[in-house]
Amino acid sequence: MLIITRQQWLKIVNEAWRVYPLEACGLLLGSIDAESSTANVERFVPIDNAAASAKLYALEGSQFSKTALSADREGLEIVGVVHSHTHTRAYPSQTDVSEGTRPLVPPDWHWPILSLAGGFPELRSFQFDQKSDDKSSDSVGIVEEPIRFLE
Amino acid sequence: MSSVSVRLPTVMRPQANGESVVSAEGESVGDVLQNLVAEFPGLRENLLDDEGSVRKFVNIYVNDEDIRFMEKLETPVEGTDEVTILPAVAGG
Repeated sequence: MLIITRQQWLKIVNEAWRVYPLEACGLLLGSIDAESSTANVERFVPIDNAAASAKLYALEGSQFSKTALSADREGLEIVGVVHSHTHTRAYPSQTDVSEGTRPLVPPDWHWPILSLAGGFPELRSFQFDQKSDDKSSDSVGIVEEPIRFLE
Repeated sequence: MSSVSVRLPTVMRPQANGESVVSAEGESVGDVLQNLVAEFPGLRENLLDDEGSVRKFVNIYVNDEDIRFMEKLETPVEGTDEVTILPAVAGG
């Protein structure tokens, strides 16, 4: 499950519209409860899309590095990465799955996607279930998780 | 030779006694990484390929600057510098 306040959700929506029609992306900081696979998002940190594309995103490295350091210092974890789909539904693309399951990417990260394709923002959230050591994308299950919005 | 701190991504921390920051000696980023994997051999597989180059999709920063935009593995480091290892994160 992904738990997020409406205020942080609105920040994601604002960032997605701000950079539209390019894809927006950012880091989610908070805590993960490993047993229940629950991410509690305390803060959304927008990161520039280094790909500057309507079809791809790449977290800008210097901002990623700074955010990772400040999260460590504050005792927060990076719990996942959110990005927008500007022209397709809120569902992971093949690229999302293959990039999101690279060796150094934490397997417990959460991957919410905000779609603006319908003209109205739709947030859905996913985890990538790597069932075996075989990292070909066929073995990776896309698991949708519920989102709980807090006031 | 100076010793610099190296900030590890969460996935690598179990191979470094659970530490988030370790120190390693070296005068360049390349030296530091070689000394790092000499001390923590478990880090090598995710960090370096068979030729000793940094793996694709792994990014190395010195004080938040990507070494690809500096002198790559030849980038010099000294005592107060912090080397950070992070995955490249992207998608579509």
